[in-house]
Amino acid sequence: MNLTLRVWRQAGPTAPGRFETYEAKGVSEDSSFLEMLDTVNEGLIGAGHEPIEFMHDCREGICGTCALMINGQAHGPAERTTTCQLHMRTFSDGDEIIVEPWRAAGFPIVKDLVVDRSAFDRIIESGGYVSVATGSAQDANLIPIAKDSADIAMDAAACIGCGACVAACPNGAGQLFTAAKLMHLNSLPQGQPERYERTVAMVEVMEEHFGSCTNYGECEAACPKGISVDFIAAMNRDYRKALSRNRRSA
Amino acid sequence: MTVLDARVPEGPIETKWDDHRFAMKLVSPANKRKFSVIVVGTGLAGASAAATMGELGYNVKAFTFHDSARRAHSIAAQGGINAAKNYHGDGDSVHRLFHDTVKGGDFRSREANVHRLAEVSNNIIDQCVAQGVPFAREYGGLLDNRSFGGAQVSRTFYARGQTGQQLLLGAYQSLSAQVKAKTVELFNNTEMLDIVVVDGRAVGIVTRHLHTGEITSHAADAVVLATGGYSNVYYLSTNAMACNTSAIWRAHRKGAMFANPSFTQIHPTALPNSDELQSKLTLMSESLRNDGRIWVPKDLDEKRGPADIPDEDRDYFLERRYPAFGNLAPRDIASRAAKERVDAGYGVGPLKNGVYLDFSEATERLGRDVIEEKYGNLFEMYERITGENPYEVPMRIYPAPHYTMGGLWVDYELQTTIPGLFAIGEANFSDHGANRLGASALMQGLSDGYFVLPATIGNYLAPMLGKPKVDTSAPEFAEAERAVHEQNERFLSTNGTRTVDHYHRELGRIVWDYCGMERSREGLEKALSEIPALRTEFEANVRVLGSADTLNSSLEKAGRVADFFELAELMCRDALAREESCGGHFRVEYQTEDGEALRNDDEFAHVTAWEWSGDPSNPIEHREELRYESVQLATRSYK
Ligand SMILES: Cc1cc2nc3c(=O)[nH]c(=O)nc-3n(C[C@H](O)[C@H](O)[C@H](O)COP(=O)(O)OP(=O)(O)OC[C@H]3O[C@@H](n4cnc5c(N)ncnc54)[C@H](O)[C@@H]3O)c2cc1C
Ligand code: SF4
Ligand code: FES
Repeated sequence: MNLTLRVWRQAGPTAPGRFETYEAKGVSEDSSFLEMLDTVNEGLIGAGHEPIEFMHDCREGICGTCALMINGQAHGPAERTTTCQLHMRTFSDGDEIIVEPWRAAGFPIVKDLVVDRSAFDRIIESGGYVSVATGSAQDANLIPIAKDSADIAMDAAACIGCGACVAACPNGAGQLFTAAKLMHLNSLPQGQPERYERTVAMVEVMEEHFGSCTNYGECEAACPKGISVDFIAAMNRDYRKALSRNRRSA
Repeated sequence: MTVLDARVPEGPIETKWDDHRFAMKLVSPANKRKFSVIVVGTGLAGASAAATMGELGYNVKAFTFHDSARRAHSIAAQGGINAAKNYHGDGDSVHRLFHDTVKGGDFRSREANVHRLAEVSNNIIDQCVAQGVPFAREYGGLLDNRSFGGAQVSRTFYARGQTGQQLLLGAYQSLSAQVKAKTVELFNNTEMLDIVVVDGRAVGIVTRHLHTGEITSHAADAVVLATGGYSNVYYLSTNAMACNTSAIWRAHRKGAMFANPSFTQIHPTALPNSDELQSKLTLMSESLRNDGRIWVPKDLDEKRGPADIPDEDRDYFLERRYPAFGNLAPRDIASRAAKERVDAGYGVGPLKNGVYLDFSEATERLGRDVIEEKYGNLFEMYERITGENPYEVPMRIYPAPHYTMGGLWVDYELQTTIPGLFAIGEANFSDHGANRLGASALMQGLSDGYFVLPATIGNYLAPMLGKPKVDTSAPEFAEAERAVHEQNERFLSTNGTRTVDHYHRELGRIVWDYCGMERSREGLEKALSEIPALRTEFEANVRVLGSADTLNSSLEKAGRVADFFELAELMCRDALAREESCGGHFRVEYQTEDGEALRNDDEFAHVTAWEWSGDPSNPIEHREELRYESVQLATRSYK
């Protein structure tokens, strides 16, 4: 198939950006979206133009590196699919496709389609862990965990940290990512001792970097891992509890 | 040629590690603050090592070229991690895990290391569960296990199809806690481009920031490389796109010996190649072989769809050739068996380049729900890529480059031949011999990182207490920085006609054809003449546009591909020198009558470690003799 791409090009963090138009010819429907971009880049280099910079690594939907707004949708039109797993059979001959980076105040643009998502690392550093020194753990089966709790924790832990939730949100809010990590740890017995401290710390750092949540729900729709907005409600409950505990102990 | 001494401690194998931990010199808690350690790589090995050394009180600087430590390639591991817990009472033990791993490696690994790995395996599971890693559980709340190839017990712990992700997040979170505690300083988007050696010791590294292009020197008392494997030398592999050999290759050029470079693993269950432009091969976890049956049609001209071919017209070739292990035969054996059928013309799919992995019988036996619970996300991934629904049509799979057993040579303490330079995880060669068993790379990465290196590094550092330190003003740092700048300038000014990817693809084709699943003297000699010729063309004709002071992924790739060229040559030389077949190294000249690998223990029960001579075509060979005291050398049989 033949496609017309309108791609955001921006030389650096402070440089002005603009859309450039490229023709992608003879694209196989079995190729992935990123393989299509690889081919466009080979053509650009051949013609003496700098290739489009975009983020990617595993190309199997697990590392969370890839991140493109495709026709205004985070990770493109396919449901529960990362950009790297999007295949060209989703598109039709003659389509015009608009390709942009994540756009959110919390994710500044580095170059072309590459953004800086280090704010997510700051949130995890603020408390997204269980403090347990290496070698101090007891036998693993001494902590039985009901299968449903383990399953809920795993559902939340499946987040790949891609940032589509932020990119899709009209407010650029970081709730879904933060809630996913909190509810992974807060649902497990191992996570209980630091539960409320963790919740307050992570929510506060999140608010420093990202916009506020007004329940649009766009995040869940864009999330390639199907992380549920119910986790946001659970996070808010834990946050309120944490604040009232703090008040009581103050 | 010299004989390398791995400095394996004396004494019975069961107590070597305990005894050695007691015998090693210690750095007291107050003195640890006086030492700095650089860790390059934040995958399972690097993140766990950096976090643990941070907890212990060392000043750690950790580096990754990824935009976050959580994105290391370890994240992609699907299937699971082994441990000798014997929670299921099926006869597992440290000794059995040790034994299976030595045998799985076709008796080309170092016994003492493998035993230590098996001992430590149980602590890993404890540690990870304490961190909140959500391993799969049974209804009673206890941990669940499954089986992997090369084992007859169930010892693999897993977290759905995302085990590597969950283990890495555990290590990344522990690392993050240390970043907050300021014991670890983390450098993202920062690629190590050289190591710096002063007076024979590793004292630091030179890095390039991928966004700004800034070149910087970093000094430390010891350097640890945890930079993963080099399967991308084949261009198409199951590894992430950015995986490369440069960190260990540049260490090799500075004096670290490279062991068994030709020991690479071709994984039996990946998606077959679909076209020219394909950029990577997607792995379908080995766990699928617990319930999936592998077959091809018996008839060369079979025209029917898979569902219409009755059982008697199917050749379940693994079950036929290896009845005891069947579909769970080890990877090297399963891969070669698939290749044999496809080469003989029995392949399936439009390009006749795959074999079926069929779940219809298991679905009937267990119900679709159970299959979905176990493998749902893998099935989804398969459908997303191929457009076919594996609940209805059997998957099509074919072997793909996946893991590299070779790597930097390390002694028992994981130190390379450069004092002060350590290598852990897939970057070293240590524990898997000529073939790695499934679910044991995660185990090794975390064993090295959480438990082994943090103990052994003290033995190196302790005698250096109070001695003068080298800092980045040493001329060797300036020299290394200059070399990095020069290489970048060279690429940017070559102004040739072909892209870096073009040369990488061409190189990959040569390595796959002649140093892949099957090797022969004739083919390897051919590769050894084609690779240097292509390298010369690459140097003269590559086109890298843009500049060095900004994000420039072509420039990054050019440096990595240049190193792959040199490594590829060493792989072929190593494969040529090893005149036997063992594990993943299959030389067509050395096989039994029924096509099995024919080992030669009299002449080749050794590790080959190569020293850089300055000329990529003339490396210097060294050996470490392997002695088997606890496991009897035997012909591997999975029949
Ligand atoms: C698809 C797939 C599935 C797998 N499944 C399993 C499984 O189920 N069970 C199992 O046991 N094993 C599995 N493996 C193997 C296993 O995942 C790897 O061997 C292991 O994770 C490697 O870990 P590592 O820490 O050594 O390296 P990696 O995780 O590759 O990390 C390398 C790190 O080094 C950094 N780095 C590299 N070079 C540089 C440089 N020059 N400068 C700065 N940083 C650098 C990278 O940024 C990264 O942080 C699988 C592998 C693949 C490809
Ligand atoms: S919650 Fe979903 S969209 Fe947001 S970072 Fe995690 S995986 Fe990506
Ligand atoms: S490239 Fe890893 S998730 Fe897309």
